[in-house]
Amino acid sequence: MALVLQRPKLSLAEKFYLPAVIGGLMLTIKHFFKSVGGKTETMQYPEQKWDDKLPEWYRGAPTLVTDEWGRERCVSCQLCEFICPPRAITITPEEIPNADPWAKVEKRPKEFEIDMIRCIYCGLCEEVCPEQAIFLRKDYAITGYSRAEMKHDKAKLYELGGVMPGVINKWNEKK
Amino acid sequence: MDIIGFLQQPIPFLVWTSIVKTLFVLFGAILPLVSLSVFAERKVSAFIQDRLGPNRVGAPATLVGFKKDYSLWGLGQMVADPIKLLLKENFIPNSVNKFYYYIAPKLTMIPPLLVLAVIPFGSSFLVGPDGKPVPMVIANIDIGVLYVFAVSSLGVYGIVLAGWASNSKYPFLGGIRSSSQMISYELALGLSVVPVFLICGTLNLSQIIDWQIVNGWLICPVPFVGGLHLEAWRFALIPLMVISFIVFLVSMFAETNRTPFDLPEAEQELVAGYHTEYSSMGFALFFLGEYAAMIAGSGVIVTLFFGGWSLPFIPDGSSHWLFGLESHVWTWLPGAFWGFVNINVFFAKVSLFIFFFIWVRWTVPRFRYDQLMKLGWIYFFEIALANIFLTALVLVYLKK
Repeated sequence: MALVLQRPKLSLAEKFYLPAVIGGLMLTIKHFFKSVGGKTETMQYPEQKWDDKLPEWYRGAPTLVTDEWGRERCVSCQLCEFICPPRAITITPEEIPNADPWAKVEKRPKEFEIDMIRCIYCGLCEEVCPEQAIFLRKDYAITGYSRAEMKHDKAKLYELGGVMPGVINKWNEKK
Repeated sequence: MDIIGFLQQPIPFLVWTSIVKTLFVLFGAILPLVSLSVFAERKVSAFIQDRLGPNRVGAPATLVGFKKDYSLWGLGQMVADPIKLLLKENFIPNSVNKFYYYIAPKLTMIPPLLVLAVIPFGSSFLVGPDGKPVPMVIANIDIGVLYVFAVSSLGVYGIVLAGWASNSKYPFLGGIRSSSQMISYELALGLSVVPVFLICGTLNLSQIIDWQIVNGWLICPVPFVGGLHLEAWRFALIPLMVISFIVFLVSMFAETNRTPFDLPEAEQELVAGYHTEYSSMGFALFFLGEYAAMIAGSGVIVTLFFGGWSLPFIPDGSSHWLFGLESHVWTWLPGAFWGFVNINVFFAKVSLFIFFFIWVRWTVPRFRYDQLMKLGWIYFFEIALANIFLTALVLVYLKK
């Protein structure tokens, strides 16, 4: 059955526009006075922040973490470098010398750079990491005065990441 | 001949007072008001949308040794915006027609400023050498309102030229829309104020205000100062003048290119309409022109329908009364005081209308241009025409 839509019959007041316009004006002036009274939706950024309301799964800046024993968890497998869509990660691997207590881990990053101008905060590096060494933490205001400053090196990444206890420690059994 | 004596001769006196008045209107009133209304536009739009608006730029007090900066509700934006526009690069596309491209912003800006020349912005101030108070209007001409319509409709040429000279499709569409818009509202704009002249019997804006002081504001011509005047013709005129006012107000929105009739600009459809290809001061002049047109339009509305600078119970600049005392010693003092009050009353009324313009902009969505033409030609033209005859009938048969 064909559905026949009835065109709405406008009343005289509706045809004149003006009552509707006045209704609209009343609505906006209500919002105006509400805002003048101080009730706005704006959060004044540098003074007020979201920080304590960020969810657990928030994807901020990618960082490197150490475990409870101070070992850098990254083994320089370079999976994150390969999966990174904007190619923001550059890793220079290095062999761990035999004298080191963690010599059996064999590899560690000599240099680990994330170009924060390129990073898109997608979280694929965290997802792909077999060692749970790279995590997206909650820092979102990454700024700098130069391109060089925006390139996070290894020291900066560990400083941001800190210690991440309570994840898998598969290397401990083979100590 | 000493300089004071020279300046008090009739013709030099007229010249220097006119120059002072022009400078005051241009730099003391219009430029700050334009700046203020741009700020108000941003602030009011923000408040209507439950936002805060610009609230950081204020007095940089730390630069001169204070402990902290003061944000002053963001009022510094008034200064910051023009400085930003002045310092920007003036980029001119290769393909434009240079001559018309240069001349278009000026053509948009000049007409509203010319309109302001005939609007009385105050009663009078001080007393001239011939014993007459100096009227606060730059050019007190007898064809006042005709001049306003003649000059203000020139503003559309700037927009059409800008659209054509930019040699780009969006400005071109903006220019076309602007001309279609002009032919649809100008008739209603002109006809809707004919009742005003029928009632007042003059085209001179100062005399229209004088009529309103005696007979009450034209929007409601029943005076409540100086005895009750409750004749039937006054009450019969109220609905007619309200219709006249509404038609004039809506046409004025179209004249000043404000929403709901900002078809030439239409940022959602035409990028920025006629000034898409302009940057820096070219753009700033369009901006200045639009807001100056808004101020001039508000000034005309206030003058024609809301008594101009007059307010009931407030005397004008020729008064000798100050706080209930008649001043004999400094006769110029009360006149100057009340003249000052009158100027402020005028700009307060204009500011209310600017607020109304902004308020409407953030409420009513844009008309399509066929809708605007229909509104102008089918409704407002006829309403304004009928209104003239009804007013004439009231004046002939009810007013003795």
